[in-house]
Amino acid sequence: MPALSARRVRIPTTSFPVEQFTLANGLRVVLAPDRSAPVVAVAVIYDVGIRSEPEGRTGFAHLFEHLMFQGSENLEKLAHFRYVQGSGGTFNGSTHLDYTDYYQFLPSNALERALFLEADRMRRPKITEENLRNQIDVVSEEIRVNVLNRPYGGFPWLKLPPVMFDTFPNAHDGYGSFVDLNAATVADAEDFFTTYYAASNATLALAGDFTVEQATELVQRHFADVPARPRPVRPSFAEPDLTAERRDSYVDERAPLPAFASAWRVPDPITDFDAYLPYVVLAEVLTDGDSSRLVERLVLKDRAVTGIGGYLGFMGEPFEVRDPTALLLSAHLPPGGAIDDVLRTVDEELDRLATDGLAAGELDRTKARIATQLLRDLDPVLGRALRMGTIAQQRGDAALTNELPRLLGEVTEESIVSAAAALRPARRATVEVVPGGAA
Amino acid sequence: MSRPVPALTPARKLKLPRTAERTLANGLTVIAARRPAVPLVELRLRIPFAKTNVARGMLLAETLLSGTSELSNVELSAQLQRIGGHLGASADPDRLLLGGAALTSGLPRLLELLGLVLTDAVYPAGEVAAERDRLADQIQVAKTQPAYLARAALNRRVYGRHPYANQTAEPAQVAAVRPTVLRSLHAERVHPAGSVLVIVGDVPPTKALDAAEAALSSWNGGGKTVELPPVPPIDGGPVLLADRPGSVQSSLRIGLPAVGRTDPDHAALQLANLVFGGYFSSRLVENIREDKGYTYSPRSAIEHSTAGSAIVVSADVATEVTTPALVETWYELGRLASTPVGADELEQARRYGIGTLQLSLATQAGLAGLMSSLAGSGLRLDWLTGHAERMASATTEQVSAVAARYFAPARAATVVLGDAKVVTPSLSAVFPIDDGED
Repeated sequence: MPALSARRVRIPTTSFPVEQFTLANGLRVVLAPDRSAPVVAVAVIYDVGIRSEPEGRTGFAHLFEHLMFQGSENLEKLAHFRYVQGSGGTFNGSTHLDYTDYYQFLPSNALERALFLEADRMRRPKITEENLRNQIDVVSEEIRVNVLNRPYGGFPWLKLPPVMFDTFPNAHDGYGSFVDLNAATVADAEDFFTTYYAASNATLALAGDFTVEQATELVQRHFADVPARPRPVRPSFAEPDLTAERRDSYVDERAPLPAFASAWRVPDPITDFDAYLPYVVLAEVLTDGDSSRLVERLVLKDRAVTGIGGYLGFMGEPFEVRDPTALLLSAHLPPGGAIDDVLRTVDEELDRLATDGLAAGELDRTKARIATQLLRDLDPVLGRALRMGTIAQQRGDAALTNELPRLLGEVTEESIVSAAAALRPARRATVEVVPGGAA
Repeated sequence: MSRPVPALTPARKLKLPRTAERTLANGLTVIAARRPAVPLVELRLRIPFAKTNVARGMLLAETLLSGTSELSNVELSAQLQRIGGHLGASADPDRLLLGGAALTSGLPRLLELLGLVLTDAVYPAGEVAAERDRLADQIQVAKTQPAYLARAALNRRVYGRHPYANQTAEPAQVAAVRPTVLRSLHAERVHPAGSVLVIVGDVPPTKALDAAEAALSSWNGGGKTVELPPVPPIDGGPVLLADRPGSVQSSLRIGLPAVGRTDPDHAALQLANLVFGGYFSSRLVENIREDKGYTYSPRSAIEHSTAGSAIVVSADVATEVTTPALVETWYELGRLASTPVGADELEQARRYGIGTLQLSLATQAGLAGLMSSLAGSGLRLDWLTGHAERMASATTEQVSAVAARYFAPARAATVVLGDAKVVTPSLSAVFPIDDGED
């Protein structure tokens, strides 16, 4: 068999060029040129997400994302789709806890058109009563297909926050209740746009086949006259950490087998990044592949769970989330599986890690896997535009994207051990899925 | 004030990456492409797997990486991690597919580990028993998913007695598979003859071929050729209503005939499919989503398998609009089949079809998947050039003629999965229904 080399693997970093500037109206711009393929990605990230939506309007940030595609100052309904796709491009948008993004991925000859389309709706989306009612119906079907009509719908991202958190921003259902969605009005949408969709509250990120000069000129041409409005004051969503374990459960009539998810609060991802990063590595030490701690123990050895995943952030976006957030473990159990036994084993393995530290080579190989994943995320120009844009918005400098492999590479064994030691049962929130579908 | 939408600047020509190809003495074909944006490599290995027992095939894929005579599953996983790598396997009625990635510096090691698994997987009894249970649980969960159930019903309806009709085993069938059976299945079917390995990444193509040759030349070439019969023609007939009590949505699935990538009708068919429901700016999406709000994600897609191709139309709609949503979908099929396609909508679909070819080449993983799937049709990347030309030159007459042939609702096999008690009255008033009971 091949020799088991003991050579250390060198972890590559990236050096994507990044140019950044801010327009007079406050729009922050990130340019990441890459001429290797004739394609370009354009992303606009607005600094508003589920946590900012008003009480009584659950699901509104997401509903509004749909409305941004329904026509704008110079474009009728359906025109946005047709112009993007008729240029050979694709598009979408998505709503997150702390931001909402809109993006296009196109052949590079459509760059100016893509900028025009984004600028046009940044000036003013065309929100009509008819389009609002239509998109409330569409969003209702989205909720049915993703949450209500399937087993484990919304687990754990919609089910765990209300166990862990107490305040409306952190605990409410980001997909929204049908009652709130149906009560939404055009005036609500106008207000939401005026408050949160200011140029000064947005980041425009371009990656791909252009030169900095050309892109700068095109960005100026289309976005410079977007009216300036003040950036809304982002409130703190802070909540105190748990001091006693929280448990909750719900019956899922569709689910045939038990499942649970647990979460522990982690340090502030923005203001305490050095303390946060060990948790990113720890999640991989615990759950990345057959040689990770919890997969080896719980899946392969004890067969107490059929699968387990560990990640940072309720939407699995460790570098695109603000405080408060958490390290999550999510697992599915075999028939009749006992969640308490599994949680006890998790505690045992965390104790073992906190007491005995890491095995020889464990940290290096985990970091190699993380580096690969970072690189894979950034290979598509669209992935690069989205990550750079969000990092620029939340952390003030898109160039930090290139630093992530190095910063993760510098995470020490001691800091991972401390992180593992901090995941105590008393700080843990857990939600259980009780199968209602099968006896 | 009305601002004009900027025109497109001249398109850059379809730019294919540099590739190299070699067939090893044992019959394995290796194709490599260079795409250097990040220091990673992606690989995809397709091994012909037709007529494999479904339960055995699924479990073989689940346990192929469970250990070799010298490496346990945990050790194998740790070895892969060291190079930032992973490997995974899946099986379908056509092929066993191994996929993986690693840091560029780890390519030789990744290929060595791949070779080790191909030649020396041992299917340890304990690991097989564990995976058997896990797979049975996963199948049990899948059988509660509407998307899975609707597709399984459509496959049975479209493929009849063909092996494509049944692509997932029952838990009891999985439970009956023993390690010895997996070892013989591996010995019989996991061979390089007819297999294609694709390597894409930040590596000169010939260097990738050399690395593959070094690692995989000793893989035993003694395989046999097994071919599937062609798929049967799709027949129309009543709507199959599959009951899922308590559903808050109905899952509509429609199967229509299609042709493979090398058929003279293919480019025009792809354009007709785009016009119908193959992208967001299509008739189906504009009608049942953007106009009527019946559904979140209606779509149609051409699916290519070795033994035949099919168009699959799908939409998940609110239970109370099941019948009108199916009426509108059938209306759009009939309209496409019986009236000419508009010049504007064809132009737009054409630009989308050609433009997205460029996008599909722009990532390592996307390129590797595309090359592997083209290889499944016996094609290489350069086929895209001709395909773009064929899409560019297809006329409205050609597209309309193809639409009439393939989108005729009389040939549509239709399945509705939903709460039968609720939807039957209105559905049976419009469509002949087969409730699945003999």
